[in-house]
Amino acid sequence: MTATTTEQETPAASAPTQLTMAGALNAALRDAMAADDRVVVYGEDVGPLGGVFRVTDGLQAQFGEDRIWDSPLAESGIIGTAIGMAMYGMRPVVEMQFDAFSYPAFEQMVSHVAKMRNRTKGRMSLPMVVRIPCAGAIGGVEHHSDSSEAYWTATPGLTVVMPSNPADAYSMLREAIDSDDPVVFMEPKSRYWSKAPISLPVTTAPMDRAVVVREGTDVTLLGYGPTVRTALEAADAASAEGLSIEVVDLRSLSPFDDETVGASVRKTSRAAVIHEAAQFGGYGAEVAARVTERNFHHLAAPVLRVTGFDIPYPSPKLEEHYLPTADRVLAALDTWEWDD
Amino acid sequence: MATLSTRQSRSFTLRRDALRAPARWRNIGRMSLNVEHHSVRTLPSEKPIRLLDNAGHAVRGAAAGGFELPELDTLVELYRRMVVARRFDVQVTALTKQGRLATYPSAYGQEACEIGAISAIDAQDWFFPTYRDSIALLTRGIDPGDILQSFRGDWHNGYDQHAHRCASQATPLATQALHAVGMAHAARLRQDPIVTMTYLGDGATSEGDAHEAFNFAAVWQTPTVFLVQNNQFAISVPLSRQTHAVTLADKAVGYGMPGFHVDGNDVAAMYAVTRAAVERARSGGGPTLIEGLTYRIESHTNSDDPTRYRSARDVEHWKRRDPIERLEKYLVSEGALTESLRAEITDAAEDVAAHTRDVMTTEAVLDPLELFDHVYARPRAALLEQRARLEAELADAASDAGREHAGAAR
Repeated sequence: MTATTTEQETPAASAPTQLTMAGALNAALRDAMAADDRVVVYGEDVGPLGGVFRVTDGLQAQFGEDRIWDSPLAESGIIGTAIGMAMYGMRPVVEMQFDAFSYPAFEQMVSHVAKMRNRTKGRMSLPMVVRIPCAGAIGGVEHHSDSSEAYWTATPGLTVVMPSNPADAYSMLREAIDSDDPVVFMEPKSRYWSKAPISLPVTTAPMDRAVVVREGTDVTLLGYGPTVRTALEAADAASAEGLSIEVVDLRSLSPFDDETVGASVRKTSRAAVIHEAAQFGGYGAEVAARVTERNFHHLAAPVLRVTGFDIPYPSPKLEEHYLPTADRVLAALDTWEWDD
Repeated sequence: MATLSTRQSRSFTLRRDALRAPARWRNIGRMSLNVEHHSVRTLPSEKPIRLLDNAGHAVRGAAAGGFELPELDTLVELYRRMVVARRFDVQVTALTKQGRLATYPSAYGQEACEIGAISAIDAQDWFFPTYRDSIALLTRGIDPGDILQSFRGDWHNGYDQHAHRCASQATPLATQALHAVGMAHAARLRQDPIVTMTYLGDGATSEGDAHEAFNFAAVWQTPTVFLVQNNQFAISVPLSRQTHAVTLADKAVGYGMPGFHVDGNDVAAMYAVTRAAVERARSGGGPTLIEGLTYRIESHTNSDDPTRYRSARDVEHWKRRDPIERLEKYLVSEGALTESLRAEITDAAEDVAAHTRDVMTTEAVLDPLELFDHVYARPRAALLEQRARLEAELADAASDAGREHAGAAR
């Protein structure tokens, strides 16, 4: 696996250690808070508990309650107050606990977070980060496994990113916190405990760029967050059958890196996009449309979407049937005519 | 607008502050979550606090709620601001009927709330208004042309928030109250002794964000003053369909903060109560919820038909409780409103109206390409492509128009 091919070690970097994505995010928050006292962290259970996924573990003990605290349990309140704090020049990083729990904040996100800069002709920017643990495959009961990315990517004014590995998690969160624009930072829950050797601080590719994580010549698989691993598994299996698959980790969902994706698709002439969210009106629809519009004459086959079904996310004992797997990806590729 | 701008920086003083914060609340600079909690469990008075009655007589005793009438020069200044504000409001409504504005939510009749409360905050404080609060923004020193840019349809917001410490006028109800709470909390963490004030309507108190804002403010003990202008209608829906509470100020008790039920057509009371709340907030005493009981004399906006939901008799009833006339009677009885002063104030109001007419009858030059300029801090390739497409369309349209013009000339 070459998920960190763009990783560059800085001279000050420590020796590589095995780090989980949750640990990398924790380190990113710690380093950002140490570097800039305008960075504050709050949300539900982020204080003494360290977050339900322990991403904020130990931060309150280190920085105190002036910098990281438990807020009342109200997501619109969390986002709404973060807007006010950002207006005052702070850099709030707030946590939504789970995808589906961010929905009470939808109005604040869409009507204010996304629109403030434009409404004020750039005079008022909102340098805030909304961390959203996202997607499923963790055996979660209802409302704990949603994939909400398309709601945010459909909203002009929001920047939406999703790392797939620990190094990107660290680098992209630092970049998101440094950004003058609001960033929806989506963290795939099923990848929180995935490990990789990292030397901190690590700087990977810019947050708004896709990255080719495995080179190939026959097919481009476009994944993000949890489905990058799915794509890599499919590529491994396909190589045994002589099919060379290139895997692109989109990383940035909005903006979309047309350049990197287009270059890959023009090389392979076939593409499929993989996500956990339902298919209809999902993010993959936008990807398929843009890739087709911009590369039609290079394509040998329609761009495929390998996604969750168009149903509410299932209960834990049935989720394995819903989630796109490497087998399902390979089966989808078989639907293309390959005799051209 | 120089007159209003300089006037607005003038600070008022109160003779006595019924709400002066106890010494133990003076904890600016301490983390607000660790503030000692002194939850308030006393219900506001059912009868609105009032310092001037409708005949313009000073009110004393229990009805005054422990507040004292502001100094005469303060009242004269409040009178001036209300007269200017109403003249502006009437002018803008007229311009709207002439088609110069897409819409305008009038605050006619609500001047005591609008001007009393905004006059109670200082230059370093921040104001979070709604769409109905244009006259408060005018009083804050913002140029009419900048305030009305959004209602004219030029851009969603037309004034510099930082320069005036006024957030943009919020349309989604109660959303701005959370922004006010967040900023107040940030200011406390920064140890800046600023206060944030936000206005809400009676209908907005039904919104979840109002609840969340009141609760966050109380838990965090932020220096925030909430003014609920109860003008008794949310477009067409009366207060009885919004709440079963006896007063909207009652809600404060559930959050553990003080609530005040105030005669919203008495600018003396509105100023005194909000000023006390501002001083209490600034000294670390936490948030306050104030309800001003008033009435919206005009329709919701120009597209509304109020005859469908309220009687002319009700409107007449409230017109007889006009906030400006009430203060005027008192000032006249005190000999504080001389003919020359009255003329001076009328002139100032006419100047503002004339300036408003001037700026609103001049068409703004809009650049369609600016639509792409402020969406993100860093330009996006996809937006630049779309911008180029629009630019080409505009160039085509211009050259078509040029050809037609040349054809017509032949």
